[in-house]
Amino acid sequence: MSHILFEKECQAIFFNNNKKAIQRMLDYDYVCQRKTPSVSAIIHPTATNSFQKFFFGKTEVIIPIYTTLQDAIKHHESSRILINFASFRSAYSTTKEALLSNHFSTISITAEGIPERYTRELNLIAKKRNITLIGPATVGAITPGHFKVGNIGGSLESIINSKLNLQGAAGLVTKSGGLFNELANMIANNSSGIAEGVAIGGDRFPGSSFISHVERMEKNPQIKYIVLLGEVGGTDEYQLIDAYKAKRITKPIIAWCIGTITQYVSSDIQFGHAGANASNESETADSKNQAMREAGFRVPASFNQLPEMIKAVHTRLVAEGEIKPIDPSTDINVPTDYNTAKKQGDIRKETNFICTISDDRGDEAVYAGFPISAVATPETGFSIADVITLLWFKKRYPKWASNFIETIIKTVADHGPAVSGAMNARVTARAGKDLLSCLASGLLTIGPRFGGAIDEAAKQFKAGYADQLSPSEFIENAKRNKQLISGIGHRIKSVRKPDLRVKSLKEYAKKSFPSTDLLNYALEVEKITSAKKETLILNVDGCIGVLMVDLWMGMGYESEQIDDFISSGTLNAFFALGRSIGFIGHILDEKRLNMPMYRHQFDDILYSVEKAQ
Amino acid sequence: MAQSSILEFQCKKMIISHWDQYFSPFRYQFKSILVSSKEELMAEANKISWLKTSPLVVKPDMMFGKRGKHGLVYLKDKQVGDVTLSKAAEWIEHISKAPVTLNSGQNGHITRFIVEPFFHHQESDEYYVSIETKDTDDIIHISLNGGVDIEENWDAVTSISIPVDTNNDDASDLIKETLKKAGKVPPHFLQFIQYLYLFFKDMHFSYIEFNPIIIQKYQVTFLDAVAKLDDTAKFINLGKWQNLEFQESFGMAQVSPEERNIKLLDEESGASLKLTLLNTSAPVWTLVAGGGASVVYADTIASIWGYDALANYGEYSGNPSTEETYIYTKTVLDLMTREKIEQDKVLLIGGAIANFTDVAKTFQGIIQALTEYKDALQSHKVRIYVRRGGPNYKEGLNNIKQTCEQLGLPIKVFGPENHMTEIVAMSKKETAQ
Repeated sequence: MSHILFEKECQAIFFNNNKKAIQRMLDYDYVCQRKTPSVSAIIHPTATNSFQKFFFGKTEVIIPIYTTLQDAIKHHESSRILINFASFRSAYSTTKEALLSNHFSTISITAEGIPERYTRELNLIAKKRNITLIGPATVGAITPGHFKVGNIGGSLESIINSKLNLQGAAGLVTKSGGLFNELANMIANNSSGIAEGVAIGGDRFPGSSFISHVERMEKNPQIKYIVLLGEVGGTDEYQLIDAYKAKRITKPIIAWCIGTITQYVSSDIQFGHAGANASNESETADSKNQAMREAGFRVPASFNQLPEMIKAVHTRLVAEGEIKPIDPSTDINVPTDYNTAKKQGDIRKETNFICTISDDRGDEAVYAGFPISAVATPETGFSIADVITLLWFKKRYPKWASNFIETIIKTVADHGPAVSGAMNARVTARAGKDLLSCLASGLLTIGPRFGGAIDEAAKQFKAGYADQLSPSEFIENAKRNKQLISGIGHRIKSVRKPDLRVKSLKEYAKKSFPSTDLLNYALEVEKITSAKKETLILNVDGCIGVLMVDLWMGMGYESEQIDDFISSGTLNAFFALGRSIGFIGHILDEKRLNMPMYRHQFDDILYSVEKAQ
Repeated sequence: MAQSSILEFQCKKMIISHWDQYFSPFRYQFKSILVSSKEELMAEANKISWLKTSPLVVKPDMMFGKRGKHGLVYLKDKQVGDVTLSKAAEWIEHISKAPVTLNSGQNGHITRFIVEPFFHHQESDEYYVSIETKDTDDIIHISLNGGVDIEENWDAVTSISIPVDTNNDDASDLIKETLKKAGKVPPHFLQFIQYLYLFFKDMHFSYIEFNPIIIQKYQVTFLDAVAKLDDTAKFINLGKWQNLEFQESFGMAQVSPEERNIKLLDEESGASLKLTLLNTSAPVWTLVAGGGASVVYADTIASIWGYDALANYGEYSGNPSTEETYIYTKTVLDLMTREKIEQDKVLLIGGAIANFTDVAKTFQGIIQALTEYKDALQSHKVRIYVRRGGPNYKEGLNNIKQTCEQLGLPIKVFGPENHMTEIVAMSKKETAQ
């Protein structure tokens, strides 16, 4: 086995698409001037996408995602490291598969809480196959300048501050992942930093022990001394002592074992990690510190004195010429992530969209300031019309107005299968199309001749009334401009056979609206037109159009605001919304009946085709 | 946690509920009850007939060993095997009254007793068996000379090491071969060990010991049982363990509702939240991020302030949400502002340099709680010392400093440029003045 844990351009396969951790690795790569990203592939069993984009310095790279370990191995033969970010539930099976594949030389396991029997089995398989396991329950390991596992070292800022991008002269081994950074920082503050570091994890049965890493570090000429942070519980430190006494390890070791607190405590409080429990006297922190001190390790009097001790050893090794000063590398700045920079207020960006009606960023989406749960259920007292006015007009309308809007929706919901929109929806359904296509074909039929007269009627009557044209001048005006009066005229209904829909709308408005000025004006016009021809009455489109104008005026909207509503198609929107109910009914009816595809009969078409010139 | 002791009663109950699957054709008559008082025992006696008809044995079931050597096995009034129900009840009442101190120094009240029928047997029938987990081996120890003096007679123990990747058949063969070589092991005992090992493995025990155990042909009697389960296996063994609840070990102060709430919060959360109260009238309270760092702070406080000055042990880690940190902090602040003491109090908000925990985010929760407890903290003269590093630490440190200064709470904050435990010495020094 090599005396370096991670070689310069080594690559890993990463289990679980943990974007943040992977991005941190790639940012580290960039700082270390690696040519290739340290992660070559991602395994994610439930992935639906086949790749993930990451930043690699100032550019972006694509990292492929595989759903099986076998696939990832097949395509990435040279990636011999597995970083397993699987949960404690699946870490055992995924690691076992990886071990048995015989592909990996090093596997790191992040999960905490893997059953001990499973961990011990993994450890045994790894040992037999000479595979280095790091973890479980750890942030991993790092060879500065070459490669780091996942989140080890923390943010880029602390990596730079702790000199974890440069090859120093210390070898660092800890149990705790949380304290690894602390120690790396302490070493950087008091010396040239580390050349390699491993946090073996706080479990009772770690996949690799202190001794295996320290033995490797002994062989690494770059490493001049070793810093060890042990913990109460376990006997790992004694293996080191034996190796030191047998001169298998000769480099200076600075060591401290945490958990001296347990000497004061008579009951079984679990301090820190799962493995931090002494099963007998020799496993206590004090015994281990004492034994290491006696063996010749440099053991401070307390954790507080650890920095001085590191400084002393480093200074001596520099004086002896063992440690050469390292060139401070040229600073390479990784561009700040957009989100980070934004959070820190360092950058701003012009928005492309503005939304003034709803907001989905908080705990619950809101309609014009009202959370959905505050308007949805019956006991909130909000009707569907209230929701419409919140989202269309950013206001909850008074009851008389919202009742009218609901009346419109109900009134225009359907008008039988024969009207062109419904017919188109039905024909489309019979052609086997899906609901949305059928609905679209119905909706696309709505226009100036079918259902679209509401806008135009409102516009014409409103303009005539505003210009103070008398009803007869209004009609003359239209005639002069060769303009049809929208909202006037019906196929069969007449003064004597009134459209009952129109009748009830008028009655409701007269009873409930503050005023119905435009309706009154339109009815004056109707008097003249219907006198000319029985069927030239104010039809349902015209009635809705003028009454909506009355409604808005009654609510105090400015004339210009109402013009804007009309020109933006708001009135047609009532028709489109209401009639969608009917269209969907026709479509569902066709789906239920399952009629064959419709083909129009020949005898209903006049064929008049001449040969083209 | 990891390896957790279970009660003798729980161990035996687990054995009986899987008996047919693992131990058939052996037989075991499960006659054990668990009571916490004389009254409970008498109530049980109305339902269970053998309590009135058999001589009884009573032992504390508190997950500590060597009960015989502590005189805590009651099987004799005037002569061995004459303990009646009323005598047993009296003994329970007597033992529960005063706290008990063990040779190890552990001290506490006995609150659980296991009561069983007395079993007449020869001392020579007492066997010993234990299984431990060591690195990548399970090690079975057996002896035909079981009983209280097993440690003195350890020479007579035969040990079998079974690598954890051994399949069931190979493990059984290995047990057979080793014990045959050792000689004189009765075949029934050998067969029982084979079964026991498979049970041990499947149930994810990390330790089990029966001393003594009596095996007469196919009849098994467990006179004692000590066991630890690997509680991380809960998710695979939910059904097999049958809602087993881990008990507090002997000598632990009664768990407070606050500690229990934090434990519940911890179980629900993906993050890690731990709280143990040590001495609520102590001046030094801690809010420490990280398992390793929390130990280092506890070590350092014990060595600089003295162990008696440390009020609580605990940690929050694994990127807890702002809300979780808020609840955790609030709990600590509430506890620390209950008892008035002579001295000023100190709150150490410590931590190492985080790997991925967002310091600014977790500090938001702490700030929220500090704001809420401003008055209480002032009236208890609490001084706050902060030391933390990691993602967004500058923002976090700035926010907490500004807030405390606005609230009028004395505070000092430090980042990674300061040694992690410097604030401990600093707080001591500034309190001494």
